[in-house]
Amino acid sequence: MNQENEYTKRFDWRTWSRLIGYVGRHRGKVTVMGAVMIFVAGIDVVQPFLTGWLVDKIIIPGELGRLPAFMILFATLGLVQAFNIFLFIALAGKVDMGICYDIRKEGFARLQQLSFSFFDRTSSGWIIARLTSDAQKLGDVIAWSLIDISWGLSYMAMMAVAMVVVNWKLALVSLCVLPPLLAVSLWFQKRILAGYRNVRKENSRITGRFSEGINGARTSKTLVREEANNAEFSQMTHSMREHSVRTATLSSLFMPTVLTLGAVGTAMALWQGGEAVLAGTGLTYGVLVSFVFATAGFFEPVIELSRVFADLQYAQASAERVLSLLDERPQIQDPQNPLDHEHPIQGDIQFNHVDFRYGDGELILKDFNLHVKQGQTIALVGETGSGKSTIVNMACRFYEPSRGQILIDGQDYRQMSQHHLQSHLGYVLQSPQLFGGSVRDNIRYGRLNASNAEVEQAAQTVGAHAFIQKLPEGYDTAVGRGGGKLSVGEKQLISFARAILANPAIFVLDEATSSVDAETEERIRGAIATVLEGRTSFLIAHRLSTVRRAHRILVLEKGVVIEEGTHEQLMARQGSYYSLYSRQFTQEFSALRRGA
Amino acid sequence: MNTIRNLNKHMKGSRGLYFASLLSIALASFFGLLQPQIIRIILDVGLGNGEWTGAAWVGKILQNLGGAPWIQTHLPLAAALSVAMMALSGLFLYLRGRWAAIAAEDTARRLRERLYNHLHLLEFDYFSRANTGDLIQRCTSDLETVRSFLATQAVEIGRGVFLVLLTGLLMFRSNALLAVVSLSILPAIVVFGYIFFQKVRKTFQESDAAEGQLSDTLQENVSGIRVVRAFARRDYEEQRFDKRNVDFRDKTYKLIRLLAWYWSISNLLCTIQIGLVTVVGGIMAAQGTITIGTAVVFFSYVARLLWPVRQMGRILSELGKTSVSLGRMEEILAEPPETEEGTHQQPIQGSIEFDQVSFGYRPDQPVLKNVSFRAKPGEVVAILGPTGAGKSTLAHLIPRLYDPQAGRILIDGVDSRQWNKRKLREQICIILQEPFLFHRSVKENVALAVQDAGDDEVCRSTRLSALHDVIEGFEKGYDTMVGEGGVTLSGGQKQRVALARTLMRQPRVVILDDSLSAVDAETDERIRGNLKEAFGDSTVFIIAHRAGTLMNADRILVLEDGQVTQEGQHEDLVATDGLYQRIWNLQKDGELAS
Repeated sequence: MNQENEYTKRFDWRTWSRLIGYVGRHRGKVTVMGAVMIFVAGIDVVQPFLTGWLVDKIIIPGELGRLPAFMILFATLGLVQAFNIFLFIALAGKVDMGICYDIRKEGFARLQQLSFSFFDRTSSGWIIARLTSDAQKLGDVIAWSLIDISWGLSYMAMMAVAMVVVNWKLALVSLCVLPPLLAVSLWFQKRILAGYRNVRKENSRITGRFSEGINGARTSKTLVREEANNAEFSQMTHSMREHSVRTATLSSLFMPTVLTLGAVGTAMALWQGGEAVLAGTGLTYGVLVSFVFATAGFFEPVIELSRVFADLQYAQASAERVLSLLDERPQIQDPQNPLDHEHPIQGDIQFNHVDFRYGDGELILKDFNLHVKQGQTIALVGETGSGKSTIVNMACRFYEPSRGQILIDGQDYRQMSQHHLQSHLGYVLQSPQLFGGSVRDNIRYGRLNASNAEVEQAAQTVGAHAFIQKLPEGYDTAVGRGGGKLSVGEKQLISFARAILANPAIFVLDEATSSVDAETEERIRGAIATVLEGRTSFLIAHRLSTVRRAHRILVLEKGVVIEEGTHEQLMARQGSYYSLYSRQFTQEFSALRRGA
Repeated sequence: MNTIRNLNKHMKGSRGLYFASLLSIALASFFGLLQPQIIRIILDVGLGNGEWTGAAWVGKILQNLGGAPWIQTHLPLAAALSVAMMALSGLFLYLRGRWAAIAAEDTARRLRERLYNHLHLLEFDYFSRANTGDLIQRCTSDLETVRSFLATQAVEIGRGVFLVLLTGLLMFRSNALLAVVSLSILPAIVVFGYIFFQKVRKTFQESDAAEGQLSDTLQENVSGIRVVRAFARRDYEEQRFDKRNVDFRDKTYKLIRLLAWYWSISNLLCTIQIGLVTVVGGIMAAQGTITIGTAVVFFSYVARLLWPVRQMGRILSELGKTSVSLGRMEEILAEPPETEEGTHQQPIQGSIEFDQVSFGYRPDQPVLKNVSFRAKPGEVVAILGPTGAGKSTLAHLIPRLYDPQAGRILIDGVDSRQWNKRKLREQICIILQEPFLFHRSVKENVALAVQDAGDDEVCRSTRLSALHDVIEGFEKGYDTMVGEGGVTLSGGQKQRVALARTLMRQPRVVILDDSLSAVDAETDERIRGNLKEAFGDSTVFIIAHRAGTLMNADRILVLEDGQVTQEGQHEDLVATDGLYQRIWNLQKDGELAS
């Protein structure tokens, strides 16, 4: 689903009819818009006949007395048309932006409900493109297609009727170019649009290559790979050039073809009409003149309509992708009537015969049992992939057990709302995620109504206060997108402070201080212990010195607890934990790195 | 003027074609105008029994053919002639489009490659200073601005100018008074368009900025979704996003409304122009000053002029953008490329000697001061020191990513500045602290540095880097894509890929700049064992913090504040008063006490 699939499918009414719901919300505006467009088309139709009337009734008989009447009519139509144009563009803009807004709002709300498994398998780029460019594309296409279709169809219908009424034979003669024109237009438009899609695809490849070239320039230099890079890039620009020229050629061919076909229609009217005028069979010179003009204008909507149709067909891909996001159902859902405790969560957690697998994957946990009493600190130790993070993610209900149940304060958490549990969580990750805004905003994210003093107190606790004050604007320093201006260790401390401020019943520290230098970590160890006191907490850390003080240490291997106990008990047992610990102790003076 | 000179420079090789394209516009406009002329003749002379009042030469041709009676008897042929004129015009319209496209695309391609190649020639240091997002912007969207100027805008302006000139000429020859009337409002339409689009530029930018903020907020939410969930901040996030969503909607709507004003007013101006011609032409025709056919042709000329004229104002207001974009690209091309003066080249033995080397990124802030040491071929040299001591800088000097400002570096006894940079870097491989992986398969990433690498070589390298089993574990093995749409490699895996691709080169000198920091201790040890076995006679520099790594080195350099303060082996250093011993003891005690 991460691939931008090629959609060359036929027009799919089902997809579009689902989107009509979005148009429905702007029913009033759309109706007015349609009416305005019919009106606009009416005036467009009348205009050439007005010229004919001018020639027939004023110029030829030399009746200049009728000229003021013509001028008033012409001016009125001009003003009305100007007003109409303003009206329909403004209305279409409202509808366009309204549809985008609705799609974005709904999509965003849906994202907030979706389970982590969705984010695991979907790239963020894909998600963002759905709610930015695709949503925009749909709004544009729907709103402006409505304009073009209502104008084009009513213009052509009225024009055809007018022409038939004035002289049906002549009308038939000039309209006979319509079918080939329609076919040709559609043929071209489809290919041109497909061509531009290819060009855009090439273009994004080239952008990607530039980005890679620039970001990887230093690596290329150390690998002496400049020339190979240039050669590869040259192939890409060649392909881009070919696609672009091909598409440009096609589209330069399109207009001349349509214009020439249109000229054929005009010439037919001229020929047949001319014969009729010469033969004196009731066709006046003025009527012929307006006919010639009418045919010249008649074919414009054909081009418009075929463009709209091709546009819709290509926007279908956007529509399908947006709908696939909106249709995504969260795997974890709240029960109809959640049985939330009235009192805050205490933090007694019990895993009962829990199995877990991601999707259809292998079992990661099998018949896992664990009872964490309120206020206990549990450390999880084990290699990457042993299931440590899975266990805490399940405790937080980011994933639910495939089998078995998890009880929070004695109650199956599937009977509660997610919000109830998650608003009592403090969660600090190894790769801390900060948001744009200031340092203060980021800490306050833990408790939105916290005072400045409380924010600073939290920072103080985790030993972040000192470095924050050294920042250019202290707590008000913008952290940059994603916290780019801070080191990983600093970000970890800020996200720790954020969790402390939330005053949670359950703490999860997943390698929370792995990038904090040893000195600072040592200094805040006591403060952290105080914070964790009385709260249930899970501790994951590679640095074993960090986990020594936990009430219970679980050593995991492939989803199974192989050892359990306090640091002293486990050391005394001289098992797996003991050997891990001693190896780390003698081998890895990781603290040395911090001091260096 | 500068802009035009620069454009002309980049168009070298496509100038002829571009000129031909501009010529085609003239021809297309010419034939395009003949079509209504023919219609005029048919209506006016053939059917209206009027006199020909247009160009004399046309009249002559008409005379020779046989005048009005000929038209009346050959009506289909005359009508077909009008189609032929349109078709001819169309042919040149097509040629214009195709030739302009080829010229513009070729120019764009040359410019693209020039930029890309030039970026690769720039100094290593340039990329430490540069803002990558901005650079990419310059190479893509700025280039696109210039390309579209060449492919469409310049051509459109050309078309507008030709059309106005030709039509004006024809009109004036036909009837000067009506010609003046027909063209009277046109300048106002152009000026209105120009001023309008200049004025709304700010609103355009506001809408763009609002869109940027919207997608930033979205991006932040999606990448921080775990935090959002863990703090149960759904409502807060929805409100935050809604604010951006509303803001973008309203700002864009404001823009659309302004555009609605523009189209409405410019349409009104056009209607006034048509009305003027119709009324004045009508009166003149009724009074017999001009024929009815002439009046009708004037109507059609004006209608035909309006659209391109309406576009001209907008396009003119965009010209400024092109010159800014071009200037931004010229800035990149003006950056001096890396110089290449060294010529010495031969297989490297691996002896590296620093002789009183000093270096600073800025002359007033020396990073390395009088550094001297010697590494023999096949030695493992470990470098230790606090952050900012100059360890990485020292490493970068060896393959000449920078040159020392004082002193010299001898490689196999030859001053590094005499060595050819490429030959040097082919044999001295440095693995950067934060390696960059390319968006390709794992295999291609490993094989990146050598041409036509066989699978055996790739596997040998990945085995040495303790990576083979990891890759085999991926669903698609060696064909797994790295990055988007593929696997996300962990920090340690990335580092090992970087090591593997360097080993493909069979380097004589390997520099590991904290390159295995994210690899766990056991694997690190295994890799170093492998290296010793396979590259025992290569000189290895290791910047590392792990005790095991440092302990086993043949030589340890302690770097403090840009100076070598200690040099020797573990046993000596641990017994000597100094940073090495201090850290060693301190950390050992700290670990015990905690």
